[in-house]
Amino acid sequence: MKTDDLISALSTDLERAPRHAVGFRLSIALAVGIAVSFVAMWLWLGPRPDMMPAMATPMFWMKLVYALSIAAFGFGLADRLARPDGQGGVWRTLLFLPLAFMIVMALYRYVQAPPEQHMAMLLGGSWTVCARNIVLLSLPVFAALFWSLRDLAPTRLTAAGATAGVLAGAVGTFIYAFHCTESAAPFVAIWYTLGMAVMGALGAVLGRFLLRW
Amino acid sequence: MVRSLAGDGAAYAGLLRKLQTHLRAYYLRRLGRAADAEDLLQETLIAMHSRRATYDPSRPFTAWVHAIARYKLIDHFRRTKRRAEDPLDDPDILFGSEEANAAEAHLDVERLLHRLPAKTQKLIRDVRIDGLSTAEAAAKHGLSESAVKVGVHRGLKTLAGQVGDDT
Repeated sequence: MKTDDLISALSTDLERAPRHAVGFRLSIALAVGIAVSFVAMWLWLGPRPDMMPAMATPMFWMKLVYALSIAAFGFGLADRLARPDGQGGVWRTLLFLPLAFMIVMALYRYVQAPPEQHMAMLLGGSWTVCARNIVLLSLPVFAALFWSLRDLAPTRLTAAGATAGVLAGAVGTFIYAFHCTESAAPFVAIWYTLGMAVMGALGAVLGRFLLRW
Repeated sequence: MVRSLAGDGAAYAGLLRKLQTHLRAYYLRRLGRAADAEDLLQETLIAMHSRRATYDPSRPFTAWVHAIARYKLIDHFRRTKRRAEDPLDDPDILFGSEEANAAEAHLDVERLLHRLPAKTQKLIRDVRIDGLSTAEAAAKHGLSESAVKVGVHRGLKTLAGQVGDDT
């Protein structure tokens, strides 16, 4: 095919390109992923039985804010990296703020507590399953994000994949927090973060291959 | 490109024709073989077309095109298992030297200039683009020479700051 013919073909019946299409695509993917993950959490794990009293404790909200802030900054970064000339800029730094905050809080709580409580703060009652459950609940979101990124134009595939992974991990964590009854900051800082980190690593590895266009 | 995104087919065809000259030269220089360059050129045009919604009108169009052209080049090397030996990172390679056509860069400059106050715009245009001397510009606007220098300097600094913020 001649290049001139190609140009004519591409420019006839040109449709209007939607504005903010990148953010829109990613939002659709997120919405689908969140719906699937939330239903999965509800049917498979069930919401925590002490939901009402738990909602009166600050730690319940702290866990949600932790996951939500990472998800929000991850979304901002993904919106950048989904474009060919996208630079992470300030979003990449913002992404680490909630983590730094959580680590400081966990350290503070840890040294404040009497030594005999230390192991309970670190391991809680569910350390063996926490990160695994977060990863499993993140997978629907992860798949939806990758599917939408393939139609966009990331050129730094490892970075874009890692960002999608962290974003999916943060959303999975948010949903898992409705099930999980742990309330110690050190537990959250370790196991919640581990779940998100695993998703980020998975995204970095898979991004290089699955996000090609 | 902005008009193309709004659905103006004629503007879009004109843009693609202009880009194809740049892109053909870009690929030809790196691949050597005309047939490969033409294939890659077409592939790039199609990719740009199907992903045109990823262009953010508040950022330079040239950077967007370059990023796609570069990605497709690397993708080509990856598929053909060839290593890229030349520096791929310099956006000037695509739009800088050949065909001597600064039209796209010109557009970026125009848009940036419009962010400045009218008086500063005029000063920068006269001194930096039309090539008047400081003295001539000062006479034209009824300002002192140092006022012209300061005005131009401040204007450029503002622009540099804004361009820097975009990244």
